[in-house]
Amino acid sequence: MEKYNKTNGKVLPLDRANVDTDQIIPAKYLKRVERTGFGQYLFDAWRKLPDGTPNPEFILNDDRYNGATILVAGPNFGSGSSREHAPWALNDYGFRTIIAPSFADIFRNNCFQNGMLPIVLDQAIIDKIIEKSSKNPDYSLTVDLESGVISDSEELTIEFTIDSFKKHCLLEGLDDIGLTLSEESMIKNFESRHVIS
Amino acid sequence: MGKTLFDKIWDEHVVVQDIDKPSLLYIDLHLIHEVTSPQAFDGLRDTNRKVRRPELTIATVDHNVPTKDRHLPIADQISRTQIEYLDRNVKEFGITYYGMNSAGQGIVHVIGPEQGYTQPGKTIVCGDSHTSTHGAFGALAFGIGTSEVEHVLATQCLRQSKPKTMEVRVDGTLPFGVTAKDIILGVIGQIGVDGAVGHVIEYTGEAIRSLSMEGRMTVCNMSIEAGGRAGMIAPDETTYEYLKGRPHCPKGRNFDKAIEKWDQYKSDPDAEYDKVVIINAEDLAPFVTWGTNPGMVAKITDSVPNPDSFELESQQLAGQKALEYMQLNAGTPITDIPLDRVFIGSCTNSRIEDLRAAAEVVKGYKVSETVNAMVVPGSFKVKEKAEKEGLDRIFKESGFEWRDAGCSMCLGMNPDILSPGERCASTSNRNFEGRQGPGGLTHLVSPQMAAAAAIQGTFVDIRDWSFR
Repeated sequence: MEKYNKTNGKVLPLDRANVDTDQIIPAKYLKRVERTGFGQYLFDAWRKLPDGTPNPEFILNDDRYNGATILVAGPNFGSGSSREHAPWALNDYGFRTIIAPSFADIFRNNCFQNGMLPIVLDQAIIDKIIEKSSKNPDYSLTVDLESGVISDSEELTIEFTIDSFKKHCLLEGLDDIGLTLSEESMIKNFESRHVIS
Repeated sequence: MGKTLFDKIWDEHVVVQDIDKPSLLYIDLHLIHEVTSPQAFDGLRDTNRKVRRPELTIATVDHNVPTKDRHLPIADQISRTQIEYLDRNVKEFGITYYGMNSAGQGIVHVIGPEQGYTQPGKTIVCGDSHTSTHGAFGALAFGIGTSEVEHVLATQCLRQSKPKTMEVRVDGTLPFGVTAKDIILGVIGQIGVDGAVGHVIEYTGEAIRSLSMEGRMTVCNMSIEAGGRAGMIAPDETTYEYLKGRPHCPKGRNFDKAIEKWDQYKSDPDAEYDKVVIINAEDLAPFVTWGTNPGMVAKITDSVPNPDSFELESQQLAGQKALEYMQLNAGTPITDIPLDRVFIGSCTNSRIEDLRAAAEVVKGYKVSETVNAMVVPGSFKVKEKAEKEGLDRIFKESGFEWRDAGCSMCLGMNPDILSPGERCASTSNRNFEGRQGPGGLTHLVSPQMAAAAAIQGTFVDIRDWSFR
């Protein structure tokens, strides 16, 4: 897994609550057997008008935000289906950092599995970031995972917390399965006393 | 302080507990399907790893499969490839498989319990958010992503942070016409689609106790729609009665011994939950969702709400967006909403009792000329049983299509989808934008309410129905 340390990137503000994984990537694109190439379908239904042409109202189609790498959204981001295709699509499109007031549990876990960083911040700070990046499409944030600080080039400096083990895994780019396999003797021991009917 | 049902199962499955890491948890049953597993098997091959306990892994195909003309090759080549991938993977790794034309095929959350794999006290995972269904048996069951599927295949373990607990107590007796589906829609309507994030819900109370196993599965199934990590109900006589004689359950004296063990899986009287929600069954009614998430519910006797009346500005905005997408106006009585399609099926409501309840409603009636209606049994076993009971004839005579088992129109990933602008009364679990097909408009209801809507052409209060 690719290490996550520090990033500086443009912000894409997506001011919506309860963005579900069916919106992040609709089910019809889940038929592929690869992990890659899902970015082109990110927010597919919102990006297109019924006739298939780009929806000019949707922020992802606004060229001024091209190259954004930090997605900032409303609460309960990633709710619904467990599809890991959702973080795959976000990552593939270029969003490795997602900031929201809260995340759905499975989506959050799936992000960590892919070296992506979901950050929880207070709604009031999110509102401020969304306001700034809506006014100025070049607005960018620096996210420093090691020190747990997000800052912009102006006055904003805010600390965020993240589970210490998840942080360690992201910083080192660790393979979760390899770590668990190193507990082989403990697993064997557990299996010898654990009966499954 | 005593332990909750959740605590007991969790503690029993902790393999390693380091202070600086989430728990390493043992998994007793791993269910897999075609959509979220191919990349996991590729991962195993890439790293030269094998499946640690193939005998604890069960596979089926459900999301992609067509629900008619199964004898023909699948028309969609990408869907076909995904299914063939699973066919090959289960062979290569030695996994029990209920393939497309197997007599045991069905929706993964229907066949687990049906075959007796789902049992009290087990930890159960699947690359599917509706894995919470299995919690109805007093199991700890939750959905995972594909990387975690690979993790479980390789290690039979998962690293998990311990969730919090939440009791949802439903007191009293369910009124006539109010079903398990209405309980859970009522719960989500009250606590919201993120009301249980980070929590495992335990459902308790008289109204829950009086539900059948299938009703309990419907309730636990939609725990994820409230954001819950899992939903659980302590096992009791109803659970044991359901499990007795199932192919993969202990038999004879071993079954009695198993019950002795299963009886311990209940919360201690002095156990405490992190959150408690109390609902009175008498306050519930048949519900219909009006918006684009399962928390946007109204009683059948109500009208489409006016978002301006909502408390928070964010709710007002979300409500307006939802009405716009759903092509509805505030103030329209729910019973005036006309329908184009009716779907009875999905892991929420496709079991034999659901089909019986729907058949009872449609018996002697014809489907409205303006409606296209279908019934999709949750498994081939359910289909077989329904046909033995003559339910298929009731549905067909009434004008319903009678299909083969699968996820079908729950999620718009197989040929069964809504056309843009089509409005559907659906017994499934998600009314997200485009969930049943791009531009499709979904209203979630119970099987009885869906059946009555198919006849009437609009929503109708099932409590006023004249059964024939």
